[in-house]
Amino acid sequence: MRDLIVIGAGPAGLAAAEEASRNGLKDILLIERDDYLGGILNQCIHNGFGLHHFKEELTGPEYASRFIDQLEGTGINVMTGCMVIDIDEDRTVTYVSKEHGLVSEQAKAIILSMGCRERTRGAIGIPGTRPAGVLTAGAAQRYVNIDGFMVGKRVVILGSGDIGLIMARRLTLEGAEVLACVEVMPYSSGLQRNISQCLNDFGIPLYLSHTVTEIRGENRVEQVVVQEVGPDRKPVPGTEMVYDCDTLLLSVGLIPENELTREAGIKIDPRTKGAVVSDDMQTSLDGVFACGNVLQVHDLVDNVTAESLRAGKAAAEYVLSGKKRGEVHSVVTKGAATYAVPQKIRCDAEGNVTMSFRVNRTIRKGTISLSGKDKTFISIKRSDMTPGEMQQLIVPMKLVGNIEPQEFVLDVEEVTE
Amino acid sequence: MDMICINCPKGCHLSIEKDGDGWNIQGYACERGKAYALSEMTDPRRTLTSTVKIKDGTITRCPVKTSAPIPKDMVRDAAKSLDSVTVIAPVKVGDVIVANVLGTGSDIIATRNIAKA
Repeated sequence: MRDLIVIGAGPAGLAAAEEASRNGLKDILLIERDDYLGGILNQCIHNGFGLHHFKEELTGPEYASRFIDQLEGTGINVMTGCMVIDIDEDRTVTYVSKEHGLVSEQAKAIILSMGCRERTRGAIGIPGTRPAGVLTAGAAQRYVNIDGFMVGKRVVILGSGDIGLIMARRLTLEGAEVLACVEVMPYSSGLQRNISQCLNDFGIPLYLSHTVTEIRGENRVEQVVVQEVGPDRKPVPGTEMVYDCDTLLLSVGLIPENELTREAGIKIDPRTKGAVVSDDMQTSLDGVFACGNVLQVHDLVDNVTAESLRAGKAAAEYVLSGKKRGEVHSVVTKGAATYAVPQKIRCDAEGNVTMSFRVNRTIRKGTISLSGKDKTFISIKRSDMTPGEMQQLIVPMKLVGNIEPQEFVLDVEEVTE
Repeated sequence: MDMICINCPKGCHLSIEKDGDGWNIQGYACERGKAYALSEMTDPRRTLTSTVKIKDGTITRCPVKTSAPIPKDMVRDAAKSLDSVTVIAPVKVGDVIVANVLGTGSDIIATRNIAKA
């Protein structure tokens, strides 16, 4: 039986597999669906990666190559062009590849690091015709940056997620005219720096509280209609703007790719759409761990790496010690916090637990606290929290102490002066 | 003048005003932010990332970047100048693809290892 099978060799799977190896696991299999390692980082050719983890500014492929280079000499078995089609409750993984055919093998531990997928036109239901030229920002990014195909000449972008912003700049530099970036919410879900360097630098207008209400065109996109939306997010009649364009890019959110997780009967958090995990990144199924965008959609790969190192270390400890998870505290959210990962904290956890969460609105000045039944363990002030940026709270377990299993409340409140 | 710092994901809100012979810079959380605000007023620069064609490799595009930021108003021209560049695999991260691009003093370097097919 294998010590560990890691599913997906993007930044999460690479870091997790390597950390498991460093912590003593010998027989590790890393499975990747694409023909090369590094996942989506390979198409993210822009810079801005690695400031936390490597203390320098790298592009996506450079960030990936650091981890790919580190694989050498670890003895980790790597399979590319290989797709996992099933995980059983007894941790049997079934995969297919040209080279090996259909294979089932059992592992002492599994790490889920399959990443996420983009929401498509179908997920948001834009009315109109169904011509060519409507594609997700990430698909366009792959066409342009990996395959070398340009996607259009006159482009409108719906959604102001980071990938959409990055593609606005990228397509402009490749000679396209990006006419507008349209966001249904009154705020952008992208990073401020990307609005500055990808839109403002090139004079691309950002329309907040606007959306695309119609796509026109027979074979290819010919026009899109943009309308302002009210506080109820319904289009306001009379505000129509018609753009002559041949391409509509969608940057309207990412969804963790958890088909395998669900089929294995692993509990999913409806808010994150990722697995419910304890602070050691272990899912509801013993010996199965999750990290990276399959667990929760991150903004920064550096955070993915940190989370995946925790998963890799925990998986190694699980296999080597044979120790099952004991009792856990559960974490619920209150106030502006929309979710919290991990959803469980082991009663015997040591060191620091990193809680990740997001807020449901922009908070200029706020407090973040974590409390148990009779005690507030930690309470800090934080300014400038936005829905687009994941927040983290480091909880030293010595502040929690040795207490009976109970419900913890992560509370984010706005402070008004 | 108000601006958003692009150095890191924090995106600090900076403001900079002329103050006699110097500048009054507010809102930065680190020295990089302070330097960014000053450079935006005196010599704005950006890192360009793009791709060039690659022959005989396992993939057909080689991602590249400028080895150091180049003047902001030259970014479009520098990107355009890469349209005619083709490299031959193998390529290693950091290999110089175009030296001293458009006389900026900055090189275009590869950002991915690409083996020979």
